[in-house]
Amino acid sequence: MSGRSRPAALPAPRAPAGPDGQPAAYYGRPVLKPPVWTWQVPAYLFAGGLAGAAGPLAFAARLAGNDRLARAALTSGAAAALVSPPLLIADLGRPERFHHMLRVVKPTSPLNVGSWLLAAAAPALAGAAVADRLGILPRLARGTEAAAALLGPALATYTGVLLADTAIPTWHEAGRELPALFAAGAATSAGAVACLLVPPGPADPARRLALGGAAAELGVHAAMERRLGDLGDPYRTGLAGRLTRLARRLTVAGAVTLGLAGRRRLPTAAGAALLLVGSAATRYAVVAAGSASARDPRHVVAPQRRRLAAGDGDHRP
Amino acid sequence: MTLPARPDRDAPGGGREPAGRVGFFTDTSVCIGCKACEVACKEWNLVPPAGPAELTGHSYDNTGALGANTWRHVAFIEVDQLHPGLRAPAPPARRAAGGGGARVGVGQAREGLRWLMASDVCKHCTSAACLDVCPTGALFRTEFGTVVVQPDICNGCGYCVPACPFGVIDRREADGRAWKCTLCYDRLKGGLEPACSTACPTDSIQFGPLEELRERAGERVAELHGAGVAEARLYLAGEDDGVGGAGAFFLLLDEPEVYGLPPDPVATTRDLGRLWRAGVVAAGALLAGIAAAFLPRGGRR
Repeated sequence: MSGRSRPAALPAPRAPAGPDGQPAAYYGRPVLKPPVWTWQVPAYLFAGGLAGAAGPLAFAARLAGNDRLARAALTSGAAAALVSPPLLIADLGRPERFHHMLRVVKPTSPLNVGSWLLAAAAPALAGAAVADRLGILPRLARGTEAAAALLGPALATYTGVLLADTAIPTWHEAGRELPALFAAGAATSAGAVACLLVPPGPADPARRLALGGAAAELGVHAAMERRLGDLGDPYRTGLAGRLTRLARRLTVAGAVTLGLAGRRRLPTAAGAALLLVGSAATRYAVVAAGSASARDPRHVVAPQRRRLAAGDGDHRP
Repeated sequence: MTLPARPDRDAPGGGREPAGRVGFFTDTSVCIGCKACEVACKEWNLVPPAGPAELTGHSYDNTGALGANTWRHVAFIEVDQLHPGLRAPAPPARRAAGGGGARVGVGQAREGLRWLMASDVCKHCTSAACLDVCPTGALFRTEFGTVVVQPDICNGCGYCVPACPFGVIDRREADGRAWKCTLCYDRLKGGLEPACSTACPTDSIQFGPLEELRERAGERVAELHGAGVAEARLYLAGEDDGVGGAGAFFLLLDEPEVYGLPPDPVATTRDLGRLWRAGVVAAGALLAGIAAAFLPRGGRR
C-alpha cells in the first residue's frame, strides 16, 4: 500500500484520445452510470454468501452425525440471513417500499429472483436454528434444514449473476467467474465462522471447507483477471486495486495460519478471522472495480470498437 | 436549406393520435445547440435542477450528461481544437495544406473548427436492459412502445442504473427513485407530441411513428451523402444492433463515441441465459465442495 492517508477518488479517465488513435468518449466523460449502491451492498454480498453456504454445511454435518458443527452452521447462517434484509433495505432509495421486490416474479431480474430466494432462505435458516437450539418440532427442524440446504447455494451465487447482468464491462465480461468467486467466498466464510464456534475435531470439515474455499477464491480471482485482460485493470489500480491486494494478503495469511494451526484454538481462531475479513474485502473489491469500470469510457468504447472491427456488430437474434 | 418534412405536425390538425410504436429521430446535422429541448423537457416534466450551476469548460455544454434530472442533453464538440486526437475527418482543403494531423493555429481557428451538436435522450430500446432487470416491475413498456418508470412503484433499488448500456437512467438523490425520459407519456396519452420535439426550432428532433421516422432518416442520409457529407451515418436506426433497435435513434456526423455514445451497445440481458447457467454451475460446485469437506474422515469425532 502507498503512504497516502486515504483512498483517493478513482483517477479521472484521461480525456479524449488514446495514444493508439483509439477514439475516446466525449470529454473523457463516463459513458455508463456507476452503481449508486452504498457499503451495505458488498456487506450483504458477504452476509448472504455466508448464510447460503451455512445451510448446506449444516445439512451435511447433520448427515455426518456432527451435531455441534450443524448447530454452529445453523446459528451463524441464521444470523447472517437475518442481517441481510436490513442491509438491502437500507440501501434502497425508498426503504419503506422494500416489499415491492415481491410484487412480481421476474426471472429476467436476478435481483427479483434473489429477493425471493432470501425471503425463503432466511426464515428457513432462522426456523431451523431456533428449532435446533430449543430442541422442539423435530419434523419442522428437518424440513427447514433441508430447505436451507437447497436454497443456500443459489443464495450464495445469484449475486454473481446479478453483478454480471449489467452493462459494466469488468462485471459483465466476468459472468462465468463472478458466481464461482462468490461461491468460493461463501464456502470460506461459512467454514471460517464454524471454526470460530466449534472446537477442533468437530470443526475439521469446516476447516477443510474454509481452506478449500480460500484456495478457490484466489484461483478464481486470478482466472477472472486473466480473462478480463485490460478490463481487469480496476483490480490492479486505485481503490479496487488496494482492496484486491488487501483481500489477497488476508486470505493467504488466513489460510496459512489456519492450515498450520492444527488443534490449537488461538491460531485457528486467528486464521479463521483473517479469512473472514479477506472474504469480505474481496466483495468490496469487486464492487469497487465495477464502479471504476463504469467511470472509464475506455472500458466501454475499446471492446465495442474491437467487436465492430471484427465484424461482430450484427446482433440479430 | 430545406428542413425535413414533418407530416405529423405540418399537416392540418397536427398532433394526431400516434399509432403503434413511436419514437424520436434526432438529426444532428441541423442541430444548432439552442437547448430548447432541454428547457422544454425540464419545464413540462417538472424535472428539478441537476445540481448547482457550474461551468464545465466543455464548450457550451454545461449540462454534462443525461441523468435523473437531465432527460435531454445537448452535446457540443469542437473538433480539432479542443480534441486534437479525435478522429474527425479533416476538411479536404486543410488536409492538403496542413499535412497529417497538424494542429490548427489561432489564426486559422475558424477554418479548422468543426462544431458538432447533438441532443441526446433515452433510447427506449427494444431490448431494454433497465426494464428487464427492474425487480419491482416499476419499469414497463407502454402502448406506444416506450419504456417508462412508474414513480409509485419504484423503490430505488438502483439496479437499472448500471444496467443501461447508455448511462441514461439514474437515481435522484433527494427523492431516492430512478428517473429518466418518459417520451412524454402524459402528452402522448393526450394526443400531443413530446415537449422536446415540439420546442425544437430546426426539426433536429423529430417525433413520429418509428417506421416512418426510419424511412425519413434513410432519405436524409442519402440526401446528405449526395451533398458531399460523407461522414453522415445513422446510429441505432436498424434492428440488428445489440438493443434490438431503439425508439430514439440518431443521424450523426462522427463516430458515436465522439458524442459520448457507445459504438456497439448490447443489452446485458441478452446474455442472461449464459449468466444464469454460470450461477447454477457455481452453486453445484459449492454443494460438491461442502460434500467433499466431509469425505476424508467422515466428519465424525
